[in-house]
Amino acid sequence: MNSGDTAWVLASAALVMLMTPGLAFFYGGMVSSKSVLNMLMMNFITLGVVGVLWMIYGYSESFGSDAGGGLVGNLHSAFLNNAIGTLAGAKGDQIPTLAFVMFQLMFAVITPALISGAIADRTKFWSWVLFVAVWVTVVYFPVAHWVFDFSGFTSPDSVGGWIANKLKAFDFAGGTAVHINAGSAGLALALVLGKRKRWPRNVPRPHNVPFVLLGAALLWFGWYGFNAGSALAAGDLASVAFTTTTIATASALLAWIVVEQIRDGKPTTLGAASGAIAGLVAITPACGYVGPIGALVIGIAAGAVCALAVGLKFKLGFDDSLDVVGVHLVGGVIGTLLIGLFATTTANSAGGDGLFYGGGLNQLWRQAVAAFAVMIYSFVLAYIIGWIINKTIGFRVTEEAELTGVDEAEHAESAYEFTTATGGSHSIPPVAQDDPVALAATKGSKA
Amino acid sequence: MKLVTAIVKPFTLDDVKAALEQLGLLGMTVSEVRGYGRQKGHTEVYRGAEYSVDFVAKLRVEVLVEDEVADRAVDTITSAARTGRIGDGKVWVTPVDTVVRVRTGERGVDAL
Repeated sequence: MNSGDTAWVLASAALVMLMTPGLAFFYGGMVSSKSVLNMLMMNFITLGVVGVLWMIYGYSESFGSDAGGGLVGNLHSAFLNNAIGTLAGAKGDQIPTLAFVMFQLMFAVITPALISGAIADRTKFWSWVLFVAVWVTVVYFPVAHWVFDFSGFTSPDSVGGWIANKLKAFDFAGGTAVHINAGSAGLALALVLGKRKRWPRNVPRPHNVPFVLLGAALLWFGWYGFNAGSALAAGDLASVAFTTTTIATASALLAWIVVEQIRDGKPTTLGAASGAIAGLVAITPACGYVGPIGALVIGIAAGAVCALAVGLKFKLGFDDSLDVVGVHLVGGVIGTLLIGLFATTTANSAGGDGLFYGGGLNQLWRQAVAAFAVMIYSFVLAYIIGWIINKTIGFRVTEEAELTGVDEAEHAESAYEFTTATGGSHSIPPVAQDDPVALAATKGSKA
Repeated sequence: MKLVTAIVKPFTLDDVKAALEQLGLLGMTVSEVRGYGRQKGHTEVYRGAEYSVDFVAKLRVEVLVEDEVADRAVDTITSAARTGRIGDGKVWVTPVDTVVRVRTGERGVDAL
């Protein structure tokens, strides 16, 4: 066991965990003050739901040895069977299997959370919880197996997924498995639930842009665990990923606000935060395969294209409320495809060379197949799951609840209390007459 | 007695307050309000989508005064709150039947 690598992977798992509450604030600031709690909860609950499912069967579905066709893992590691006291990884860089289990759990947590931005202001909470549980089971866990499960990693004789081992498309930290996957599912749910009332003419402004920037900063911070941690070793490759992540994020931030300055006349805080996220998304699959120049181009492309792509929903008429499609699907596709142009073996000797580094189109078509496969699979399954939930228990709150505010309707809470003049009082549960202790306390307080 | 009500730009409050104190008035009430007149609102842009904000933040200043002070109070507020640009606000005067000081029960001009 390599203790340096183990320390880095465990720390990275904790960094990635922080991304989900970071995302909650990134999204929460963008919605109105009467639906911010619902948005925070749709994100935070994934820590609960996926945290439990991962232990029961999720990890095994993703990283158990292949059950057939590179499509899904077997259930031999259900309940984390055989994960305690065993090692994973290549000789010299072996880490405890449980460190890998926890690191990958955090990816499984944040991916469904990303989808929630597409259906802000109008979602029934328990329907969302059910969707998360079913979607991770039939979409995320298998797709993680396709993309992240390399044969021989979790044990010498384990067989992994088809994208990683047969297609050999590169996805260092989840451009396909996380971002295209979530973005595509977000589009499906935005279509299933439909537009918010009064969209697009009259929808609320972001109620707390400082929250958005705070959330973006937490995401950027946690993303170092996501990307550099995906090296699963504390060495050269992690440092390459850390560097390319920084370059792409910085350049995407700049590109987005330059587009805004030219198009709208002002650089916005929301734009700077969004640009940074677009850069992080796009560099995610590429961070361990490209060099600094590749990262710069990917960042500029992601920042500029996503800044324009977020306007598509108005032209095409779907209410992807917080631009999960415009940022995560589009950014994920950009990063995944540009690997085919900018991958270089100088960044990663185990990687490959893209079109601009003498590799021809060999890598590009593999990238396109992986991106397309995940996009279609996730969209179709998310649409079917969402449609069934909508037709049975309902996925959307009533019109009145939506206009009053989904926080009050779904959670019986309000995020902010700025006035003392509410006329409010607690309703205290009545004291049972046969409870001497409580009765004595009541009498005591009267005396 | 008169109630002088003024809608003014929020940043003029300090000047309005200082000017009314100069006039010898002992109290005022301020509330944060929103509305529009000829100024209309402004436009904000979020991820390229324009939002027009029609109601602009203003302050409503209210002072209770004796009849003979009302005109001077109006002039004082008007000059303190004027920037000369659109959206400076309005001042109006309404008659008041009764005023009572809650602490003492004094009525009328004594309660001012």
